[in-house]
Amino acid sequence: MNGELTVSAASKDTLPTVFGYIGIGLAFGIVGKAAGLSPLLVTLMSIITYAGSAQFVIVSMLVTHSPIFSIIFSVFLVNSRMILMSTTLAPYFKRESMLKNVLVGSLLTDESFALGMNKLNYSDSHLNFPWFNTANVISYLTWIISSLVGAVLGNFISNPEKFGLDFALVAMFIGLLYLQLISDRSINFNLQLIVVGFVLLAIYFGLIFIPSSLLILLVTLVACSFGVVMKHAFF
Amino acid sequence: MPSFNFVLLTIVGTGIVTWLSRIIPFVLLKKFQLSKGVIEFLSFVPIAIMSALWFENLFVQHIGQLPSIEWGNLLASIPTVISAIISKNLLVIVVVGVISLGVVRMVLGM
Repeated sequence: MNGELTVSAASKDTLPTVFGYIGIGLAFGIVGKAAGLSPLLVTLMSIITYAGSAQFVIVSMLVTHSPIFSIIFSVFLVNSRMILMSTTLAPYFKRESMLKNVLVGSLLTDESFALGMNKLNYSDSHLNFPWFNTANVISYLTWIISSLVGAVLGNFISNPEKFGLDFALVAMFIGLLYLQLISDRSINFNLQLIVVGFVLLAIYFGLIFIPSSLLILLVTLVACSFGVVMKHAFF
Repeated sequence: MPSFNFVLLTIVGTGIVTWLSRIIPFVLLKKFQLSKGVIEFLSFVPIAIMSALWFENLFVQHIGQLPSIEWGNLLASIPTVISAIISKNLLVIVVVGVISLGVVRMVLGM
């Protein structure tokens, strides 16, 4: 990764995350097909809902014939972390038009957000529309195509987990977290480590009584507050 | 599986709430300025969210009890972290991660 904010730089920067989308997209297509969704519906969900892990939640709730409002509410909870991510990202696009802001927001994902946050460390804290939109569109198309392929292949592969592909996303979070830790100089390194340790404890104990759909958002909010308090008290 | 129309309606409904979560901050922040305190708070979002998404995958939830450990993901995380430290290259990290979990599952027969 370097400081360039061009379409070709974005394509290079996004390449590693593409593998994550292919792995999980294929898995989603296979799971959706196995649950009884047609390849058409699988693909429509990837185009319209476009919500990664939440799409697995939708399929499992459809299978159990959950009421539509409880499905929509669960998806809202799982994706409410998007609000935090777009709030963090939006100030960097203040000078771009409203349409471009909405376009960047519409296709924002955990991964493109994390890539963008990493890019800031190389680009002198700047982001622009061509770079971010390219990262977003590559991710979007890869996700749609892989879930369609997964749904079509679904008849032949019964156990996608066997290949370890579902770990691609987790590996990506590990990689992006590490790269963020070593390159973000705006927050003291030890303070960042302390916040990461706090998140580990909060997730572990939170899992006892907080549904996992809500946990990521709550832990993030509490960990950010904890970080601010620690920063003022000790750093 | 429910009818085609029910599924389609679900897709559109979940699509709308997801889209709104994604774009409303962009629309609002075009007009409003965040205070310094909020910006400081948000500066912790990237590491907090990424570590939360990772750690959630290391455990299996049992409401009312301590979570159990997802050994496959935990063991596969070790070479993945090491490859991150050595290579500092996202592509290498992802490939090492996938291979690691594949090997862990094969060895442990999970």
